[in-house]
Amino acid sequence: MRTLPLVPAVILMAVFLLGPIIWSLVGSLTNAALTGRAAADPQWVGLANYAALLADPVFPKSVGLTVVFTLVSAVLAQTFLGLGLAVAMTRASAGLGAVVATVVVAAWILPELVAAFVAYAFFSQDGTLNQLLGVLGLEGPNWLFSFPMIAVIFANIWRGTAFSMMIYQAALNEVPQEITEAAMLDGANGAKRLVYVTLPMIRQTITTTLMLITLQTLSVFTLIWVMTAGGPGNDSATLPIYAFTEAFRFGNIGYGTAIATVMLAVGAVFSVVYIRALRVPRERAA
Amino acid sequence: MRTTTRLGVATLALGSLLGVAGCTSDVDDGTAVLKVTYIKTDAFTALDTLFTNVKTEFEATHDGVTVELLPVAGTDDDYATKLALSHRSAETAPDVFYEDTMALRADVEAGFLLNLDSYVADWDDWAQFDDAAKAAGAGDDGSIYAVSLGTDTRAIWYRTSVFEAAGIEVPWEPRSWQDILDAAAAISASQPGVVPFNLYAGTATGEGSNMQGFYQLLYGTELGADALYDSATSKWVTGSAGFIESLEFIDTLYREGYALSVAEALDGNIWQQVFGTMFPEGTLGATVEGSYTPSFWIDGGSFEWPEYAKEMATVAFPTQHGQAPGGVSMSGGWTLAVGAQSAHPELAFEFLTMALNFENSLAYVNENSQIAVRADVAADPSYTAANPFVGAVTELVSVTNFRPATAEYNQISVEVQKATEAVITGSLTPREAAAAYDAAVEAIVGPDRVITQG
Repeated sequence: MRTLPLVPAVILMAVFLLGPIIWSLVGSLTNAALTGRAAADPQWVGLANYAALLADPVFPKSVGLTVVFTLVSAVLAQTFLGLGLAVAMTRASAGLGAVVATVVVAAWILPELVAAFVAYAFFSQDGTLNQLLGVLGLEGPNWLFSFPMIAVIFANIWRGTAFSMMIYQAALNEVPQEITEAAMLDGANGAKRLVYVTLPMIRQTITTTLMLITLQTLSVFTLIWVMTAGGPGNDSATLPIYAFTEAFRFGNIGYGTAIATVMLAVGAVFSVVYIRALRVPRERAA
Repeated sequence: MRTTTRLGVATLALGSLLGVAGCTSDVDDGTAVLKVTYIKTDAFTALDTLFTNVKTEFEATHDGVTVELLPVAGTDDDYATKLALSHRSAETAPDVFYEDTMALRADVEAGFLLNLDSYVADWDDWAQFDDAAKAAGAGDDGSIYAVSLGTDTRAIWYRTSVFEAAGIEVPWEPRSWQDILDAAAAISASQPGVVPFNLYAGTATGEGSNMQGFYQLLYGTELGADALYDSATSKWVTGSAGFIESLEFIDTLYREGYALSVAEALDGNIWQQVFGTMFPEGTLGATVEGSYTPSFWIDGGSFEWPEYAKEMATVAFPTQHGQAPGGVSMSGGWTLAVGAQSAHPELAFEFLTMALNFENSLAYVNENSQIAVRADVAADPSYTAANPFVGAVTELVSVTNFRPATAEYNQISVEVQKATEAVITGSLTPREAAAAYDAAVEAIVGPDRVITQG
């Protein structure tokens, strides 16, 4: 009877989470297409889609782009920038803190589509960035075309940093004042207090935030789609873009779902790693 | 495993049954809703005008029938995707819809279109449609599934003042690909800010980049009309020199800076700038475009430009070395079809015939600068006088080519687009891109349906 209250949640999870996962897995084993004979009567093709993926030169490239995009824009930049801003703001004056917070959070509260358009307007050929460079007498390249990955990575950092910053701010506020003061009395300077006192105390928050932003960034679609649509060629086609293009632009639903399934697996691996990292201190405590 | 597919199909079928049952109850109380899906964008409103008028007319003559217009704003590719997805359920499947002849056979195989054989048999106006138009609406089984709204041809459209300023005699009559390169070089040298000669390429412009680009070249190579698909053996051509040479020509155009910049070419909406600003402002020498080009500039068009009649000229795209028949054109066109899952097929077909009757066809063909497919419309004085280029583009019917009418065509088309994109972005050489295309085609149709023309 004690599990009874969980039943609605389990049913919801089964319908809205497990359902699509199974659907994706089943779809990836067929040659389902948007149109043509395979749309009316999809055939089982077993692992043929996965075999084709392995032989597809775009696939490893897309995996590489996804890893770079996630590592650089989320794991590295958002974590360091978010944590850095949060630490800086605990020391800044209230007025300055409010201004910085507003500027950073503004990118986060914009709907993704609007943020993507803003980033597009900033990086495009006649965009804000090139006009600013023009004032300095420099002629900027067409960023979205010549450096598509750099453009989308910067856009994602701009948009995502607020999230880590807010969480770290909340965590830092939870670190008891007495402990930092005790460390100060023991002669620890600012950097040492951060590394040996503050960071270990918010370790769990860091891991949770890392997991959340990694999974979020793995599935970023709108931002890249609006800015470059994965192009030029496939130069910014991360896995979500590649899956969408194959399924809905070129009509190979089965192949597209195979890519989506790989993405699910990648996300699952990351989750397991993070969840294990979260569990260790609890076991020690017990 | 197979049972799971069946289960899926059964669920879908049950869903559609429920959907159909839901709709049928509408008929019982004497009301019906007809859903009509088509493209409407800022730059393409001709069809919206047509359907808005027909809706008023149809509802006035049919008590209890509501016509629900469901325009889709997007590129041709977006529309094709949205249409295919809407057909997956009877709840969302349209009763009447706008269908590209290019996607028709595949969509027939997918079971989206209602067989219209018995319907057109009782339709008096059917005799007015020419044979090519009738064939354009046929499926692989030879039955009629859609009715043509009009067809088109493609040609070079050029701005005379730009050519004159480069010292090129107007009217310009290019005889070979080399003549195009020579003219582009002359424009490039005399007018640095002007894009000399545009030819679409890449996946962003979708099928348009083949029709207004690569095919104009390929169909003018040695194999001519059989350069993409060998009609005698019903096999797809691979390994042809013409394919590589066509890619090399595109490579030259883009590398020399004669065409749009690669970044612009990869913007799916660039054509709106071509019509809207580049030609009117004189920053473009020439482009390959459809016979419907004047529709954007005429009074009431999306980019009104009254001077177009004297500023612009049109000429057939030349063959590679000037060989017979001397010019190349591509024809496509759009149709209207009835959804296979429609709960009111008779009403839907009646709506279709009203949209395609003499008056409505004439108005649409004139507004959209289409080439008429109804004999009575083609003979109407207002059609021939609709714009100064009607005669010239209609003549191109004599050298025009049609795309291979097979169900796998749309997949192959994507591979051609990928090949041109790889070449203009420099990720593959023309030879490598052609080899990648050959491999992709063989994977799609199987080794038995491929013929190597070394």
